[in-house]
Amino acid sequence: MTSLLQVAGLTVSFSRPTGSIEAVRQVSLEVEACECLGIVGESGSGKTQVFMAAMGLLASNAAAAGSVRFAGEELLAAPRARLNRVRGSKLAMIFQDPMTSLTPHLTIGTQMAEVLVYHGGLSWGEARGAARRMLARVQVPEPERRLNQYPHELSGGLRQRVMIGMSLLCEPALVIADEPTTALDVTVQAQIIALLRLMRRELGMALVLISHDLGVVAGLADRILVMYAGRIVETAGAVDLFERARHPYTAELLNCIPRLSGPRLDRLPTLAGQPPRPQEIGAGCAFAPRCPRAAERCRVERPELQGDTARQAACHFPLLP
Amino acid sequence: MNPAATDPMLRIAGLDVRFGPRQVLFDVSFELFAGETVGVVGESGSGKSTLARAILRLIPADKGAILWRGRDLRSCDSSTLQRLRRELQIVFQDPLGSLNPRMTVADTIAEPLRIFEPGLSAGERSVRIGAMLERVGLEAGMADRYPHEFSGGQCQRIGIARAMILSPALLICDEPVSSLDVSVQGQIVNLLLDLQRDAGTALLFISHNLALVRHLSHRILVMYAGRLIEIAARDVVYEKPLHPYTRTLLAAAAGQAEFIATDGAAPLQTGCAYRDRCRYALPLCAARPALEEIDTGHFVACHRARELLS
Repeated sequence: MTSLLQVAGLTVSFSRPTGSIEAVRQVSLEVEACECLGIVGESGSGKTQVFMAAMGLLASNAAAAGSVRFAGEELLAAPRARLNRVRGSKLAMIFQDPMTSLTPHLTIGTQMAEVLVYHGGLSWGEARGAARRMLARVQVPEPERRLNQYPHELSGGLRQRVMIGMSLLCEPALVIADEPTTALDVTVQAQIIALLRLMRRELGMALVLISHDLGVVAGLADRILVMYAGRIVETAGAVDLFERARHPYTAELLNCIPRLSGPRLDRLPTLAGQPPRPQEIGAGCAFAPRCPRAAERCRVERPELQGDTARQAACHFPLLP
Repeated sequence: MNPAATDPMLRIAGLDVRFGPRQVLFDVSFELFAGETVGVVGESGSGKSTLARAILRLIPADKGAILWRGRDLRSCDSSTLQRLRRELQIVFQDPLGSLNPRMTVADTIAEPLRIFEPGLSAGERSVRIGAMLERVGLEAGMADRYPHEFSGGQCQRIGIARAMILSPALLICDEPVSSLDVSVQGQIVNLLLDLQRDAGTALLFISHNLALVRHLSHRILVMYAGRLIEIAARDVVYEKPLHPYTRTLLAAAAGQAEFIATDGAAPLQTGCAYRDRCRYALPLCAARPALEEIDTGHFVACHRARELLS
């Protein structure tokens, strides 16, 4: 059986006046139907660019190599017209900032109905009705009134609900959510996560949740993939990853998160140094300069992902076998 | 040392701030003692950053007093204010945006020295800057570089060096690590705590991250819609919060959702601002609750705080 999304050997590079840099290096991953895959990484880890490449949304100075297959169809080489058919209907994306991803001068009703008219072939009247029902489904109060409102008239939390509703209009097989709660207040964040969980239960779509916040990912993901400096360094089931991290980076990252309960610390746990810039990455493991377990081998030989398909780590000296 | 035994270093009394017709701070009063770390938590729009800027008179207040060692910053003349400002410094959220892109690291850190210690020779200044760079974990060789050459964490270290070069008595930190990666946040927080311990600086630490604030604050102020709604010692806030909003905030931080549709409407301007979202709200909440001391050192602005205590 083939996976819903298959990314194989994906490399994304950006050309700059000072030379080309690689933001994503040889990334391979699969998303199965109905699963929720969490992608965790710090800024610059390449986690967003993997999926921007999949959606055909890379910046104009970027180039992608490798393969991205969605439901068996290659997307990287797909003509724009074909890509437009797929994305927005079977493959949808939710962004961090719902204000800038909604069109400011169109009403919520028009923007939502447009999706169904374009992708679903509905009449404007039918599409508007479907849009209203979807707003109710994503728990937007007074959906009828919202149809006539503009994005700026809604709070951040409601705008993100509208975005989620819009992404679900065509019953996509896969939704990619890039930091969907990062711009929101903590009380609203919790609500949006609960909504995504509910929508997954009701509609059964697969979800890729990209976030720097391990807490957000922990609340939703079945499986988590950790990225560092453009590469996947660890992948495991969500519970497994939190309880038995294998890659030292994952362990250190988990250790750095301040806790709401448990003993209070006089000093926060830290991870020395900072993520490398793409041009600073050498031949060995990109994490070696910050890694407490690094040995000479790590500096010269890059570790490949090892392990069975359920759990893999790219480390010469993993914390657990 | 028990800070409560001494006079407060900073006392804010009845502070109101308006932006045109819109009031953004309502009757804010609290005290801050020497060497203390006070965490200010609340969501966006709660007035945390406005409070920070109003204390430093970076924005004008409409009413109330900002008493710094007994002297009102609101009524003192500009030369006195200028002199007092040396003791009050701020670190902003956006590390790169708060540095002048055309100034080298050395010039950035030197600026407060040029203003407040004009008698220093260039050589003396350079020694002070070198020591400060080392103190904040930057190499001396970085002194002649420009902000854009540094990462976010490094820029924040430069901002902290600039703020701490005069050993201020109070450092206001406005979301100092929010724009940084998790792996770098701890480094910056620990640096602030080390500097605080060495220089005896009090910290007013503004953050939306409740888990972070918990580890470094002695006391916590909780803000909602421009009002202080709860003040208490750290453990009291995290273990026995009284205000229904504080409880919701903590539950949300722990991942528990509680969806009360608020329609994106602005918080209420009269009475208890939280009553349209509060599950404990009663008709009497249409009258504004005062910030009352419910238990020693535990202040709550809620009509039902005493009931919730039991």
